[in-house]
Amino acid sequence: MAHTLANQEFDPTVFHQSDEADHAAGGSTLLGFWIYLMSDCLIFAALFATYGVLGGNLAAGPGPRDLFDLKLVAVNTSMLLLSSITYGFAMLASHRNLVGQTQGWLLVTALFGAAFIGIELFEFSHMIHEGATPQRSAFLSAFFTLVGTHGLHVTFGLVWLMTLMVQLGRHGITVANQRRLMCLSLFWHFLDVIWIGVFTFVYLLGVLR
Amino acid sequence: MSDHVAAAPHGSMRGYFIGFVLSVILTAIPFALVMGEMLESRVATAWIVMAFAVAQIVVHMIFFLHMNSKSEEGWTLVSLVFTLILVVITLAGSLWVMYHLDSNMMPEHDTSQVP
Repeated sequence: MAHTLANQEFDPTVFHQSDEADHAAGGSTLLGFWIYLMSDCLIFAALFATYGVLGGNLAAGPGPRDLFDLKLVAVNTSMLLLSSITYGFAMLASHRNLVGQTQGWLLVTALFGAAFIGIELFEFSHMIHEGATPQRSAFLSAFFTLVGTHGLHVTFGLVWLMTLMVQLGRHGITVANQRRLMCLSLFWHFLDVIWIGVFTFVYLLGVLR
Repeated sequence: MSDHVAAAPHGSMRGYFIGFVLSVILTAIPFALVMGEMLESRVATAWIVMAFAVAQIVVHMIFFLHMNSKSEEGWTLVSLVFTLILVVITLAGSLWVMYHLDSNMMPEHDTSQVP
């Protein structure tokens, strides 16, 4: 409040605009969310670098060739890819103001996302059952941290998806809900981009090594 | 400013389909290369697989994330480029430094066990 009072006295040393231009509510949300995603990208860069450094340290334990089932990873990848395009369909439906269709596509997206998480948890439990726990070697610690962090992101994305479906049911496609859909769209597609890095560097190159 | 959200870039059905089909192709080929062991050279396969990953990331950026130089007056692209520079420094720097530490600091009998 203090600086607005000072502006009214036409203090000649104040060079900034005395009146802020009128911004619509949420006008900068998308850019802010994008910058959050970029910071998330740096977290994953650090985890990828850790995996790159430690990935070869097996401590005489099981390695990528013994543990990874590429068929399962291929199925998992297609789940995430399908969820990406169905989220796109939800966005298209929301642009045409079709609440029911938007919710329907969001539900399909959530099912693909849940399938992805389910398959990943199955893979993890299978590995842990065989003694390939995070404590076993530096490779496994780095693997579980990197892939687990991605899985956690997808899980939170699922929670957000469900919340938005309820919000849409209650308030319809309002400007605020449209903005939330856009943010989740960025988040969801961003996670698919990270997964490209995971299946390439962790799984495919791991089996090649 | 009030129609900001409505003016935000969004895709079309055609755009999503093109992106999806390209992604399927760019995913299927590297999986086939590795699972079918199609190439003799593992190093060549690794480089090809990485090239496909980069291509697919670009496809996702354009068709799913709707990146372009105009959104938010160019600030999304500026922040992306800045982030990519940091990512490259983090990855290349870590791998480079740690690889040299590993090969220069480890006792001989340990390095021979590293596969």
